[in-house]
Amino acid sequence: MLQLRGVGKSFLGVQVLQDVDLELAAGEVHAVVGENGAGKSTLMKIASGVYHPDAGTVRWLGRDVSFRDPRQAQAAGIGIIHQEFNLLADRTVAQNVFLGREPLRRGLVDTAAMNERTASLLASIGEESLSPQAIVGRLGVAQQQVTEIVKALSLDARMLIMDEPTAALADHEVELLYGLVRRLKARGMGILYVSHRLKEVFDLTDRITVLKDGRRVTTVDTSSITADGLVRHMVGRELSHYYPPKSAEAGQERLTLQGAGNNRLHDISLALHAGQVLGICGLQGSGRSALARAIFGVDAFTRGNVHLDGASIRLSSPRQAIRAGIAYITEDRKAEGLTAQQSVLDNAMLATRALSPRWFATAGRTLKARELLAAVEVHAASEEQEVRYLSGGNQQKVILARWLALTPRVLLFDEPTRGIDVGAKAAIHDLIRKLASEGAAVLMISSDLPELLGMSDRLAVMRDGRIAGELPGTADEETVMRLATGASS
Amino acid sequence: MSSLALRARKVSARQPILLILLTLLFVLAVRQPEFYDPASLLAFLKRAAPLVILAAGQYFVIVAGDFDLSVGSLVTAEVVIAARLIDGDPSMTWPVIAIMIGFGLVVGLANGLITTLLHVPSFITTLGMYLILVGAVYTWTGGSPRGALTEQFRMLGRNSIGIVPYAVLILACVATIALLLMRSDFGKTLLATGDNPRTARLSGVPVVRARVIAFILSAVFAAVAAILLGGFGGVSFQVGAGLEFSAITAVVLGGVALGGGRGTVTAAMLGALTLEVLFTLLNVLGVSGALKSAVQGLIIIAAVAIGARRSRS
Amino acid sequence: MKLREHGVWGALGLTLIVGGILVYADGGSLFTQSSTVSLLQRAAGLGIVAIGQTLAILAGSLDLSVAYVISLTSLIAAETMDGSSGMIVPAIIAVLGVSAGIGLLNGLLITKLKINAFIATLGVGLLIKGYLEQGYAGPAGSVPTSFQRLGYDRIGPVPLSVLLMLAVAGVAWIVLNRTRFGHHLIAVGGDLDVARLSGVRTDWVLIRTHIICSVCAGIAGLYLASRLGAGAPRVGSEGGYDLESIAAVVLGGTVLAGGRGGVTGTVGGVALLAAIDGIFNQLAVDPFFKQVVRGVVIVAAVAIYAMSLRRKAPGKVATA
Repeated sequence: MLQLRGVGKSFLGVQVLQDVDLELAAGEVHAVVGENGAGKSTLMKIASGVYHPDAGTVRWLGRDVSFRDPRQAQAAGIGIIHQEFNLLADRTVAQNVFLGREPLRRGLVDTAAMNERTASLLASIGEESLSPQAIVGRLGVAQQQVTEIVKALSLDARMLIMDEPTAALADHEVELLYGLVRRLKARGMGILYVSHRLKEVFDLTDRITVLKDGRRVTTVDTSSITADGLVRHMVGRELSHYYPPKSAEAGQERLTLQGAGNNRLHDISLALHAGQVLGICGLQGSGRSALARAIFGVDAFTRGNVHLDGASIRLSSPRQAIRAGIAYITEDRKAEGLTAQQSVLDNAMLATRALSPRWFATAGRTLKARELLAAVEVHAASEEQEVRYLSGGNQQKVILARWLALTPRVLLFDEPTRGIDVGAKAAIHDLIRKLASEGAAVLMISSDLPELLGMSDRLAVMRDGRIAGELPGTADEETVMRLATGASS
Repeated sequence: MSSLALRARKVSARQPILLILLTLLFVLAVRQPEFYDPASLLAFLKRAAPLVILAAGQYFVIVAGDFDLSVGSLVTAEVVIAARLIDGDPSMTWPVIAIMIGFGLVVGLANGLITTLLHVPSFITTLGMYLILVGAVYTWTGGSPRGALTEQFRMLGRNSIGIVPYAVLILACVATIALLLMRSDFGKTLLATGDNPRTARLSGVPVVRARVIAFILSAVFAAVAAILLGGFGGVSFQVGAGLEFSAITAVVLGGVALGGGRGTVTAAMLGALTLEVLFTLLNVLGVSGALKSAVQGLIIIAAVAIGARRSRS
Repeated sequence: MKLREHGVWGALGLTLIVGGILVYADGGSLFTQSSTVSLLQRAAGLGIVAIGQTLAILAGSLDLSVAYVISLTSLIAAETMDGSSGMIVPAIIAVLGVSAGIGLLNGLLITKLKINAFIATLGVGLLIKGYLEQGYAGPAGSVPTSFQRLGYDRIGPVPLSVLLMLAVAGVAWIVLNRTRFGHHLIAVGGDLDVARLSGVRTDWVLIRTHIICSVCAGIAGLYLASRLGAGAPRVGSEGGYDLESIAAVVLGGTVLAGGRGGVTGTVGGVALLAAIDGIFNQLAVDPFFKQVVRGVVIVAAVAIYAMSLRRKAPGKVATA
């Protein structure tokens, strides 16, 4: 039903997709897999009308189409379930499903019809247990997802794009989703299934398209390939990037966790050594970020022990963690890392000022901030420029300068190079290594596996809120992926 | 474009309020040169002092992302309390002034703690405080202000050292304190809190403490404004009426964004000054005093509309 | 959630019981007809404004101009009627037209010029205030006795004005729950982006909401004119209808940020405020003290709502 031919797309001169073909048949579940940055999400956005391809054609139900916006694609029968749901928390399932298209009777909204039609849509996919009158905000993630799917069905969607549909689901909810996907398939719906998790891909899909660096590597029948074979297709990107040399030996134990846990993490035991980079890998939702946030006191550990340089500590707020010498570079720069409307200098000095406020600006501290900004090579029109106008890479460097001013003993990097161009990436890698070599203990989280392997002295792989295993920094991608995805070895 | 116009554009891009103020002052200079006699200029500053002080206080709260709707009623409450407690006894003047500041502190602390710890939107907290203060002073005085202020008390609003009114000196002090606060690390962390509270918290800013201090500053500044206003006029329940909106208008006029994180305290105070100059100008031009609020309404809509346009482009 | 929807009615019941006992112990009776009627009549005006305000707040906006709209429309009504019964209908049309125009202006300023609703409606309010102060020193116009019946008549023990308020509430309830516009209004207040992505014309929804809110204030202005027998330039601001209407709305459990709540709660909020007034009147407690109680009740109510919301932590749409 959907055919993409020779699709290409570039942003700001960077070729994100090149000459990609993809075909989806009615009643087929088609997996799209690939590492981060392989071009999966761009491809999905082209299929759902968010982006226009620069090259190639999109055929839908036998006709060449060019969707102006997602709503047009929706109207044509292409539904997309984003990772972030578009739902109103305070409204019922039926109200959400029919928002903007409420059925009328004598000029008034026909609530009965709305509920009835929602109920029959729910029944048609075997979800009778979900009441059309339930308030969406009180449902679990899985049921919210069902609501999104029903919303797509109500628009007569004939194909669905599901973007990492299990990322936020608990194990038992994943089983329910499996059933749902199979029932949709049985109705003749075509499904593009984007996922990192190989188990799902093998359990659910008929065919698999592997993307790598914006190109299609292959499309295979799921039954004709093994997990190992698939992983080999996905990884093995040429190293276009040189990483700074790794450290020779581990220093003393800086930060140790023993049996630490909270509501998202279980029985975490880890040691961060001075002078070393510990890479944390795992799929989205595996608890990587939760680990960093727990160490930093945002969502603190409720169980287990934490030692910093041998002393037992309990950190229940970021302020305490910072005082103890820990720094956290967040995953979401915009929401948690920047005060966007403040200047470069103010952003760089924020932590210093917060921790030891002074009445009068001392030349010394400002000077130090300037030196640090220069040392991390922030390029800005001036230090008075609002930080929101900087590129992602420069913003990240400003945040780094903020923490360096406090000379932290432990640094937690959560996706430090996400959304950052290649040049700045290398600079940040060098900085991270330099900090480690100066004696800091570094924990680094990244979805970019080659990056993590290139940077880490040791690796800890997380799955479902636990440490699934520890590996040396010399481990290969296949081993890591197998451990992270739970693919049996 | 001439270099002068270019420079004016640069200034106005940074502080549009300054350009508006200078324009109004220029018109005033043409229409009424006497305005610039030192004596009448100082008299103007004296009149403007309470609103400028209130605007400075309101600025702290707004820049941290909150509102303080209680300042008008707090001014009324303070004046009424002062009159009743002093009750014409000169020896009570200074103790009562201390009590007024202390009362402001308590009100600000309550606003701040309720807003931050109980997670009540500041709009509601301070609206509730407004009702409570109005009701409380009426109850306490039985419906009409009692007692009287002493001459010593009124001196602060009325008298001068040489030609400089006390009110102007107090304004200078308060303005200096406000400026120093905003240049200090506290001020910077307050801006950061209003800009992005999550970032601020993750960078170690004690966010709750910063917001509470902002409310306290607003209330204490209102107490100071009340001391001046008590000296200006009689004791009445109307003395503070509507001042919360005037203060917010002034702050917003100064280009400070509701929602926090943007704008300077200087601009907020200039906003208040601009409002007062505007009113003076309207007087001079013979526009009836009754139209004052209409002009105020127009100005605030226009200023914010232009600001919104600018920030989008 | 239950608490938020029904809490105010529970509080009202409790207040009436406790208050009734206190009043009875004091030797009076809470439900003497005359006291109840006068209470209800006072509550009706606030109620009508607060219902309009509920829609504005539900849509994620708010309206600070209502107090001045009330004053203005009371004058328009009284001056147009000028004592003649024949002019009642034109007066009503004029009032509705002018208030709708003001609402349109508010809506356009907010949606098209992107002015924060607080500032936009404050500014428009000040504009009207200036006009009123310029043109009127005191009451003006006069309302024919036939129209005054709206303010004073009652059917059995129920004042006509209360029926008017209930009618307005009923219409608002139907609009919110049974029309597309109402569904879209709540969606806009709940999440502007979700509404837009679902094809809701968000600007138009906000504009219509503000028109309705202003028209409600206009109806309250008509009612007050009938009570006073004339138009009064300060009746709205002295009554504090702007802030008190917002207070009644949040007391009724509608969230200030929008998207959650409804008119039933608001009617309950208004009734609760009236009940407190009535009890204090009967107990002959200092009339001003009730203002203090009001303030405490409002803040406490919102604090309790906030607390129950955080304890259960519902109302979140998941993000992966």
